[in-house]
Formats: sequence, C-alpha cells, structure tokens
Amino acid sequence: MKAEIEAAVPGAGVEIKLNPSVSGHHSLRFAPERAVAVATFLRDELAFDYLSNVSGVDWLDKEISEKVRVTRTVTKTVDGVDQVVEETVEETRKRVVPGYIEAVYHLYSMALKQGPLIFRMRTINRSDQVTLPSLTPVWRSAEFQEREVFDLYGIVFKGHPDLRRLLMWDAFKDHPMRRDYVEPDDFEYEPTAHDEVLKRAAAHRAAQQNAGQEGPGAGQ
Amino acid sequence: MTTATELAEEKRPDGWNRPPVIQPSGEGELLEVAMGPHHPSTHGVFRMDVALDGERVIRLKPVFGYLHRNHEKIAEGVSYLASMPYTDRLDYICPMTNNWAYALAVEKLTGQEVPERAEYLRVIVGELTRVVNHASSIGFLIQEMGASGTPLMYAFKEREKILDLFEALTGARMMVNYMRFGGCRVDASPAWLDDVRTVVKGLPKFVGEFERLLCTNEILMARTQRVGILRPDLAVNAGVTGPMLRASGVNYDIRKVDGYGIYNRFNFRVPLGDHGDVYDRFMIRLLELHESISIVEQALKDIPAGPVMDPKARLRGFRPKPGEAYGRIEAPKGELGFYLISDGSPNPYRYRIRPPSLINLTILEDMCLGSNVADVVLIFGSVDIVLGEVDR
Repeated sequence: MKAEIEAAVPGAGVEIKLNPSVSGHHSLRFAPERAVAVATFLRDELAFDYLSNVSGVDWLDKEISEKVRVTRTVTKTVDGVDQVVEETVEETRKRVVPGYIEAVYHLYSMALKQGPLIFRMRTINRSDQVTLPSLTPVWRSAEFQEREVFDLYGIVFKGHPDLRRLLMWDAFKDHPMRRDYVEPDDFEYEPTAHDEVLKRAAAHRAAQQNAGQEGPGAGQ
Repeated sequence: MTTATELAEEKRPDGWNRPPVIQPSGEGELLEVAMGPHHPSTHGVFRMDVALDGERVIRLKPVFGYLHRNHEKIAEGVSYLASMPYTDRLDYICPMTNNWAYALAVEKLTGQEVPERAEYLRVIVGELTRVVNHASSIGFLIQEMGASGTPLMYAFKEREKILDLFEALTGARMMVNYMRFGGCRVDASPAWLDDVRTVVKGLPKFVGEFERLLCTNEILMARTQRVGILRPDLAVNAGVTGPMLRASGVNYDIRKVDGYGIYNRFNFRVPLGDHGDVYDRFMIRLLELHESISIVEQALKDIPAGPVMDPKARLRGFRPKPGEAYGRIEAPKGELGFYLISDGSPNPYRYRIRPPSLINLTILEDMCLGSNVADVVLIFGSVDIVLGEVDR
C-alpha cells in the first residue's frame, strides 16, 4: 500500500505507524504537503470512497529524560602516577520533544467493501503552526468533522470552504479538547447589563469598609 | 490490495460535491428565517438559518452546539467503564446500540472475547432498539406532515412495550447501561425471553397496520415523493450512512459488511431504495422493521444457555495496553463508531465518537435547496437525528 501510494504521488512522505494494540489497525502517516493529491489517489484509484471518521488528537510537549552512557577520558592519579583512563559514566539528559496535533482519518471502501484504512497528519507544533490541508474537497463528509476539529483542537484546515466553529459559540476563544485546556473559574459568567452596577457596588463596599462603617447588607 | 480503476468515479468537475448556489429570482426581498432553536420540527434544540425567496429555499445553514457538553472531554477524565452510562445519553432513543458500539470498540482494543449468550442478547436488544427507533421516526415524520398525534401515538404504543421489556431487563427504560466489556451486565430470565416472544409476536401486526394506513396514503405520497432527493454518489462522498444511504440505493449495511457480533449467522435482507427521496427513506425504515423482527425471532429461537460475562473480563483495575482501535456498528441512524486511544492508564487518552446524526446532516442543505420551506421540515425529519448525539 505504501509503495503504491509513493509510486502514484511522488513526495508523499508515507510512513507506517504500527499500532501495538490487538486491534491491529495500523495506520499511515502522510506529509501534509501532498495530502490532497494522496487523498484524491486513494479515492479515485483505490476506491476508498467513504471517509468515515475524522478525529483530532492532541499530543503534548514531552520532556523525555533518558540515561545516556558517555565515555570520556579522565586523568586519574593512581599510586602517585598520572594515568589517562577511559571511564564510562551514566548521565541523565533531558530533552523536550515538541508536541503536535494530529488529525486521524478513517477510510472505508463502499464499492469494494474494504477497510479501514487509517491515515494521519501532524501539525508542526501546538501553538502557531497548526495548519493542515483540508480534505473536504475530496470527501464531503469531512466538512463538519473538520470544523469540529478546528473548533475543539484548533487545527486550521486550509482549503476548507466554510471553516467556522461548530459546537462552541463564535466568540469563544480557546480550544476545549486540548489536553492543557484550563476550565474557566465561572462557567456561568457572561457579561450582563448588571456588570457595571456590580462593579460600582463593589467599589462602594470597599470604600465603606475602609471608612470603618458597615455597608448595607454587609452582615448577610 | 487491487486497484479498482474500473470502480473509480469518472472525473467530475471540482466542487461537484458542494451545494449549488441558487440565484434569487429578483422579485421581492429575501427573507431570512431562523428555524429553531425551539422549532417543533427540530426534535430538540437545533437551528437552521434559512434564506427564502418567496417560498423557495435558496440557502440553509445548520447551527449546532446548543446541547454541547463535550462528552469526549468528560470521558478522557474518567475510567473506561464510567463512560458506559454516558453513552446512553448520546442517542437517547436507542441507548442499547450506543452501549454496544462502545463495548465493541473497547473489546477490539483489548481483544476481549464475548460469550455466546451475551452476543445473542445484544442482537435481541439491539434489534428491538431498531424497531423502537424506526417506528418512532416514522411517527415523527407523519407528525411533521401535520397528522397531529395519532400516528405517533400508534408508534409509541409499541415503543412503550419494548421499553417495558428493557426496564424488566436492566432496571431502566431508556438509560439502560446494559453492556459491559466482555458481555452484558445481567442475564435475561426465561420469563423475560417469553415476554419478548409475546411482544415480537404482536409486532408484525402493528407494522402491517402501519403499512396499510400509510404506504398508499395519498397525502403522504404527495408530500414525500420526489422531495429531498439525494444522489447516491453524493451520499457516499458525504459519508451518509444507515437507512438514508440505502434509500439512495447504495448497498452498504455494516451488519453485512463487518458481520460484527454474530450477525453473519442470521438470515436477513437489506432493503434498498430507488429514488432517494423522503418516501424511500420512510419505506426503507418500514421494511427494516420487518427484517429486525425476523432477526429477533431467529435469535430467540437459538439463544444458548451459558454465562453472559466472560469470566476473564476485568471490570476493576481495567487498563488496556497502549494502542488504538476503531469499533463501529450499524446503529439505527447509521454508522456509530468509537475511536479510542489508550496510553496504558485507566482512562482513555482519546475518546472519539463518530455520530451518524451529525454527519448525515452534512447534505441537509443540498437536499433542501430549491424546495418549499414546508418541505424542509419533512426532509429534516427524514434524516432522523437526535440532538444528544449531534452536539455530544
């Protein structure tokens, strides 16, 4: 399968990602640059005409600490004589693997009754380079699902005809399905006409307490 | 894998799968109507922003999210089993199939076996759920045509009997929480199976009555035939599944294709439509009722004795090995799938639901464009959605 795709679309950058689970659903990983060409090839030549599922997956930055055996030359004094000795020491090094957001596509073939073919694409990082090509022109069923991934994960699908938030409201800022999403303190909060009144009341109350008086309703 | 050039679609112009742009006639002004969020036809809180040129729909944008509670995020914070009762609330008309899809995905993830008797029980409750769903969805469709009350109550009469069965089996009418990874929660007593036999014996009479009342009803035919036509190639491309897809004439039933559970043991047919209009969708559901009843009868005939839970299945301290799995079933509304990624901890790393209701709505605009606003209600009703699943 990998060879077939690479023969058809040069520069597709296909990698096989093995799945250790018993389900045996292994997947392919594409480079996003040629994804639309690969997807069109999959649909038209390999008859994967049905895109079932699009999901986003968030992989955080990982700090990996690994033990590395390092050999270095040390000068040691043994019995009054300086010797150059090779010594192997274990060192713990830390490095940060940048996280990424992944879009996973599950394909089936309705014509041949085959499947699933799973493929995935990764963004470069989680903050500013989160663009992937949209596959909605190839499979229409990606339309709402890519909007959902954009909404909840923040992947920007380039070429999507109508990329708006799907489930959250338009004024919403964050992407709630990300692993590091912090919930707001007050879910019920929304700006109301009373906000200014409350602010003024708070200021009054503070002023009154500073003056040593008890404000109206302070004991409640 | 074979290259299926002969099956490949012929070259189509770019954007063939987009809804067409309809130009207004230019007489009078356009009227923008927000149908919803509390419109009687929407079965919940859902909005369609419709632009009307007289009676004709020239633009339609669905707006979602009124019932959104981020079920997927909640599921990432709890253990695998703790999401099981929550799946009941997805498509609250058919909780059994939601349970089944989730259990199937987890069983694929861990390689869990399911005992024979549990498989039979799953088929019985799953097909009874399909009866409930199709009967009520036909009832809703007729209701939306203006036949207030009576046909829907006919459908609900049978639904009530089946829900009573579910209550006797699981303790709850709708929020059943019945399946487990590796079986079912409780065994069915012989008396319960007899009750099912009695109810199933009465079902063909009910379906026949429904058929005689509705199939050749002049009003129904006038309102639904050649309304909301969906082309098969667009249906496949847009990921439409379930009765909607088969009404467009595409032979794709996951019970046949995947043969999950023990479906390859049963003898049943897959009804297919010819025109892909609202009437065909209604008819397909009616015909599937017959097939479901026949499957339940076959399952009741050869249900074996034995345990309903795999004794090796672990409920507490359940930690699947790292990996991922996608499990899907033919739910009454279409393909319901669960995509799970495990990182070896007790909670899923990723828990994704593929909701048939949401994806079947992708082509709502294509079907409605150019038709009258009164037909939008019917076309929308024929998609058969539940908002608990659309918004998750």
